[in-house]
Amino acid sequence: MPRRASISSQRVRAAWLFLSPMLVILAVVAFWPLGRTLYFSLTNATLVDMTHYDFVGLSNYLAYENGRWYGVLSDPQWRTALRNTLVFAIISVTLETILGVLIAVLLNTTFRGRGFMRAAMLVPWAIPTVVSAQMWSWMLNDQFGVINDILLKAGAISEPVAWLADPVLSMASIVLVDVWKTTPFVALLALAALQMVPKDCYEAARVDGVHPVRVFFHVTLPLISPALAVAVIFRLLDAMRMFDLVYIMTGATDATMTISVLARRELVDFQDVGYGSAVSTLLFFIIALLTSVYMVAMRLDLGGKRP
Amino acid sequence: MRHLLLRVAFAIACGLLLVFLLFPLYYALLTSLKSGSELFRVTYWPAEIDFGNYIRIWSEQSFARNIANSILVSTCVVGISLAVALTAAFALGRVRFAGRSTLLYTILGISMFPQIAVLSGLFEVIRVFGLYNNLAGLIFSYMIFTLPFTVWVLTTFMRDLPVEIEEAAILDGLGPFVIITRIFLPLMAPAMAATGLLAFIAAWNEFLFALTFTLSNEQRTVPVAIALITGASEYELPWGNVMAASVIVTLPLIALVLVLQRRLVAGLTAGAVKG
Repeated sequence: MPRRASISSQRVRAAWLFLSPMLVILAVVAFWPLGRTLYFSLTNATLVDMTHYDFVGLSNYLAYENGRWYGVLSDPQWRTALRNTLVFAIISVTLETILGVLIAVLLNTTFRGRGFMRAAMLVPWAIPTVVSAQMWSWMLNDQFGVINDILLKAGAISEPVAWLADPVLSMASIVLVDVWKTTPFVALLALAALQMVPKDCYEAARVDGVHPVRVFFHVTLPLISPALAVAVIFRLLDAMRMFDLVYIMTGATDATMTISVLARRELVDFQDVGYGSAVSTLLFFIIALLTSVYMVAMRLDLGGKRP
Repeated sequence: MRHLLLRVAFAIACGLLLVFLLFPLYYALLTSLKSGSELFRVTYWPAEIDFGNYIRIWSEQSFARNIANSILVSTCVVGISLAVALTAAFALGRVRFAGRSTLLYTILGISMFPQIAVLSGLFEVIRVFGLYNNLAGLIFSYMIFTLPFTVWVLTTFMRDLPVEIEEAAILDGLGPFVIITRIFLPLMAPAMAATGLLAFIAAWNEFLFALTFTLSNEQRTVPVAIALITGASEYELPWGNVMAASVIVTLPLIALVLVLQRRLVAGLTAGAVKG
C-alpha cells in the first residue's frame, strides 16, 4: 500500500512537471498580454512609446467633459462596428448551420462519388482566408468580375453591380465568402454526429411509415443537436472576432467594419494603444458574456467532468 | 417515375454544390494563367496558357522568401506545440490531480480569446524580448491558438486509451518520461499527425499577428505578402500575380489535406464532438 501511494504522489509531481512548459508558455503568451491589454485600456499609452503613459481611469471607455461624452461607449463608430459584428456573426452562423446540416444529410446517404464530394468539401476550408478573400474580391470585381458576368448573361441583373462598394451588398458579400469557407466545417461535424445516430432509430420510424421530413425534425435533429451546439459555439466565437475577410475585401468602411478591424486601426494605424485596448477589452468581455449565456442556455458540458 | 425525379434532383443538388465549392479555385487558376489585357476579359475555359505571372512573382517580389518564412514558422509552431502538448496531455489525460478540470476549462477558455484582445499586450512582450519584425516573435505568439487546441485534442485521445497500457510499464518501474516517449508516442502518432496538420494550417493561414508584428517584406509570411501585393500603380491590383501566388500556396495545402483526409476529419470532430 505505501508503495502505491508513493507511486501516485510521484505521478502527480511528474504531472505538474510535465504541465509546466505549457503553463509557462500560456502565461507569457495569453494571460500576461490579456492583463496588460486590460491595463493599457486604463492608460493613454501610444504605440510609439509604450513605456511612458499616464493612468487615466475609465476615460477611454466613457468620460464626460465640457458638456460632451467621450470614450469608446459613446463612439458612433464603435456602435456601428458592434452592430456589424453581431449582424455578421448571427447571419453567417445561421446560414452555415442550416446549410451545413442540409449538406451533411445529403452526404449521409450512400451514392456514387460520395468520397469525391467529401474531399471537395475540404477544399474551401483548406484555402487560407487571405487567399479566399482575394479570390472572391476578384470574382466580385465590379468591372471585370466573373459574378457580374454570369448574372448579366443569365439576365438576372441589367448592369454590373458594385458588390464590395454598396453598403448592404458588401456585408452580404462578406457573409457569402464566410459561408463558402466555413459551411464545410459545420457539415463535417454534423456528418460525424449523423453517423453516430443508431440505425434502428430510422428503422423504427420507417416501419411506422413516418414521413422522412418528420423523422428528421423529431428524431435526427434532437439526436445531433448536442454536437451541433458545440459546432455553433465554435463558429460564433470565430465570427465575433472576424478580421481577415473584412480587412482585405472592404477595409475600414462603415458598412462592414467589425470590432477587430476597428481595434487594430486605433491600435496600429492611429497608434492609440489606450483607446485600442479599450475596444479590444470590451470585445473580450462581450464574447465572454455571450459564451457564458450560450453555455448556460444550451446546458453545454464541454467535457471537464468526464475524467 | 417519382423515384427517378428524386434521383435527378439529388444529382443536380450535388452538382451545384460542387460548382459552388470548387469554382473559385478553378477561376483563380484560370486567372493566374492569363496576362496583359486578357486578364480583364472574363472567360470560362483557358484559351492560351501563359506562365508569366508565376515567373513574375518569383523574380519581382520576395515571394520565395515569404514562402520560406511561412514554412519555417509553421513547422516550428507545429513542433513546439506537439512536444509541449503531448507531455501536458499525458498529465491531463492520465493522472488524477486536484484542479485538473479547472485547468482543462481554462485551456478551453484561452482558445476562445479573440486574438485582438491580447494584441497590445503581446506587442509589448514582443518588443521587450526584441522580437519585433522577427519570425521568432510570430512562432512565439502563434502558441496562443495552437497550444490550447492541440492540448485539448491530445488530452481527449489520451484519456480514451485503456489503463492496462500503462499499468505494466508502471509495475516495471518505468518513469513517466519513458512511458510517454516509448508507449504513448507511438500510440498517439495518428492523433498527433491530425492535430499537427490542423496546427500547421492554422499557423500557415494566420494573418492578424503576422500583419501586426512584422514590418519588412523579408520577414512577411505568405498571407501578409498576398494581402499586400502591390502593382505598378497604387490603384491597379496585379490580379494575375495575386492569383498565381494564391494558387501556389493553396495547392500543396489542398494536396496535404486530401492525403490526410480521414485522419483530419477524425481530429476535427474529436475536438468538438467527443469533447
